[in-house]
Amino acid sequence: MIGALIAVLFASCKKDNYDAPQADFTGRIVYKGEPISVQYGQVNFELWQSGFGNYSAINVNVSQDGTYGAKLFNGDYKLVFSPNQGPFLWKKNAAGKQDTIAVNINGSKTMDIEVMPYYMIRGATITAAAGKVNAFCKLEKIITNANAKDIENVSLYINKTQFVDGSNNIATQQISGAAIADLNNLNMSVTIPGITPTQNYVFARIGVKIAGVDDLIFTPVSKLSF
Amino acid sequence: MKKTNQMRKIIYAFAAIAFLSFAQSCKKDSAFLDKQPTSTLPIDAVWKDPNLVLTVVGDLYDRYPDYQTIEAWWTFTDFDEGFASASGDYFRHQNLEYGYDAWRYWDMGVYGYIRDLNMFIKRGQESTALKAEDRDRFLAEARFIRAGIYFEMVKRMGGVPLITTVLDYDYSGNPSYLQFPRAKETEIYDFVIAELEAVKNILPDNATIQSRATKAAALAMESRAALYAGSIAKYSNSQLTLPGGEVGISSSLANAYFTKSLAAAKEIIDGGKYSLYKKNPNLSENFAALFTDKGSNPEVIFAKDFKLKTNKAHGFTIDNQPRSSAEEAQGGRLNPSLNLVQSFEKLDNTYASMASVDGSGNPVYYTNITDIFAGRDARLAGTVILPGTQFKGKTVDIWAGYQLANGTIITGDNFGQSKSEVLPDNPASVQVVGRDGPVDGLEFSAQSGFYVRKYLDPATGSGQIGTRSDVWWIRYRYAEVLLNAAEAAFELGDPTTAANYIKQVRDRAGLTVALTPAQITFDRIVHERKVEFAFEGHELWDMKRWRLADKVWNGSNMSAADFINANNIGSATRTSTQVFGLWPYKYYNPGNANHLKYVFKVIKPSRVTAAHRFRIGNYYSSIGQDVLNGNPKIVRNPNQ
Repeated sequence: MIGALIAVLFASCKKDNYDAPQADFTGRIVYKGEPISVQYGQVNFELWQSGFGNYSAINVNVSQDGTYGAKLFNGDYKLVFSPNQGPFLWKKNAAGKQDTIAVNINGSKTMDIEVMPYYMIRGATITAAAGKVNAFCKLEKIITNANAKDIENVSLYINKTQFVDGSNNIATQQISGAAIADLNNLNMSVTIPGITPTQNYVFARIGVKIAGVDDLIFTPVSKLSF
Repeated sequence: MKKTNQMRKIIYAFAAIAFLSFAQSCKKDSAFLDKQPTSTLPIDAVWKDPNLVLTVVGDLYDRYPDYQTIEAWWTFTDFDEGFASASGDYFRHQNLEYGYDAWRYWDMGVYGYIRDLNMFIKRGQESTALKAEDRDRFLAEARFIRAGIYFEMVKRMGGVPLITTVLDYDYSGNPSYLQFPRAKETEIYDFVIAELEAVKNILPDNATIQSRATKAAALAMESRAALYAGSIAKYSNSQLTLPGGEVGISSSLANAYFTKSLAAAKEIIDGGKYSLYKKNPNLSENFAALFTDKGSNPEVIFAKDFKLKTNKAHGFTIDNQPRSSAEEAQGGRLNPSLNLVQSFEKLDNTYASMASVDGSGNPVYYTNITDIFAGRDARLAGTVILPGTQFKGKTVDIWAGYQLANGTIITGDNFGQSKSEVLPDNPASVQVVGRDGPVDGLEFSAQSGFYVRKYLDPATGSGQIGTRSDVWWIRYRYAEVLLNAAEAAFELGDPTTAANYIKQVRDRAGLTVALTPAQITFDRIVHERKVEFAFEGHELWDMKRWRLADKVWNGSNMSAADFINANNIGSATRTSTQVFGLWPYKYYNPGNANHLKYVFKVIKPSRVTAAHRFRIGNYYSSIGQDVLNGNPKIVRNPNQ
């Protein structure tokens, strides 16, 4: 009896059938080779794999600087952004649905994913001077056809940590879309508030909210000492 | 001798058992196997007796869906109406965004419920034993409930497969004949409206029936559904559409829906059977009693009722009673936010922040703790227990501590804590914080500075776990009918009619200077529904149908400056992503004219760490992957 019990208990000590996933799938979200910066934890794409019972997607998050990374099993996947993910458009197939990219994983793989952003932020400079953060940028409208969208607002965010966006900031300066006269000359300035505990640097970046699109497009995060 | 007798008895007993057993086995198989179960009733037996049918209908009513309700106080803290002062619920203020699956209402349970209703309707139609009037009322009630479920589904999911018959699987291995595509969003709204129109004259037209379907309940639901459809059409957004119409309503249909909404509301109003609750001349007490008075309440049209000493009682009062006078060592969970409190306008119809500081930023000193709230809409004190006001005859003790002349704060970290030698020149032990808090991070204390009053039961024992509360949950009431009519009339370009309907609701709130037709704006209507229906489960659906949710809950964080001398309180698009509070302090400065007067500070509870972000993909909840896998005809909702 006891022997049987021990046999049962030890049977559960066997190794799992599968090894953990080994392959790294990494890369960036890019437009013509330039990475697209987004808000942390807000933009993700889906990987689908057929042949294993019911479908469900693996969600892969895109980091602030437009990079992503996932540990996967070897196999064939289909990669897709669901509609309205990210501050960009994803190409559609003939039926008007989001098209997929076939991704074969056999060992680690690096891949840049090309997307079509509504706008690109060009020539951004962010500097700190006299207790303020000053920023300049230009906006280039990339999508100009029927899918084009207006700018809802442009914001300069600063924060005491490297995560900088609408919900993580200590101060912000916003220009509404209606107030933008010249897309090639945007200036913003925000006073740095008191920080406890004191630190002599802040992180800053510019975000552009496009009307009717959830996710903002950002500049890379700048660390500014003052 | 005695022993033999006993032996004989035992032998007889065995003989009897043996005989009975053998006799049993001599019965026919069919007589033995075809027994009626004693735990359930056969269908045809039920449909002979109206009382038995009523028990079935009772179960169907019991499964009627609500999202925010007094049986789930925490759901009121998911947006900006309230703060959750309970350690297991702080996460509600710490999640940036709402999942795409939030508010999903489409699973096996929902279609199982619809199947039960369809089956009930089918059997009712086949039954012949009931009196026709009884049977017709039951059938109309089932159709009313079914319309309510489809309305609930369409407001959460958009168009869904419209199933009105009982579907059975034939075990052929091919389920495709059971796979229905999603109906258009308009088709579901049209179905709901048509069903309610069809049953309204079968249902009793009786204002004293409040927990079962009546003519007015059908019309009230119709008015709300048509209003939702109309505003979705009017405020439609090109991103919130699907090519097949499963989501999105053409703006050309807006006026037709608003017309239907107004007509349904007018039918209740002109019927004259309902009126606003005005039993108590004290307007705030009156507004609070509206929700708890179950004796001939002329305002309630359709409610979920409860009963003490049964398992149909609820713990809303236990969960949310003021901690200092609680009948158990708990309460105080739902704390109305400053966001909501400051929305209640002043009696001259203007909006203003709570005056913690004057126009130039200097603190304002108040002799009485309630003075800062004076001269506001009477619904404020009827909805919220303000510092210094009473519940069940006991004054709540909400103040956060002493503020010394140099600005130092003296406070404690537990309910009504006392400390000695903390005040200048006063070695005695003094209470340094209210017995209801607020203490930041202490659950059950009034962490926003307020407790909720709406739906709190004034009956003795309602705060005890052994008794609980039987206050009902009002799903439709007359004030909503008036505001539906006002909004529909306004959207149809008739502000005079709108002003007339809105006036009745505002008069009851003590706002006696009537708004002129020119003052009726979209923002006014949004505002009126916000303050009238706080904690009644309207906010999410209203913000969704007006397409305001992504603007108001836009993920940007807020600061105290947004609550001090704010000039956009009446704006429908004012950001409200984080809940704030207002804490009273006693000013301690012996010799100063303001000694022991009250000052107020706008605070953000430290547990509020994230700003709510409602994404465009949240307007229609995502459809479960299991549903998509099971039926290839289902299309996904947009922007997810």
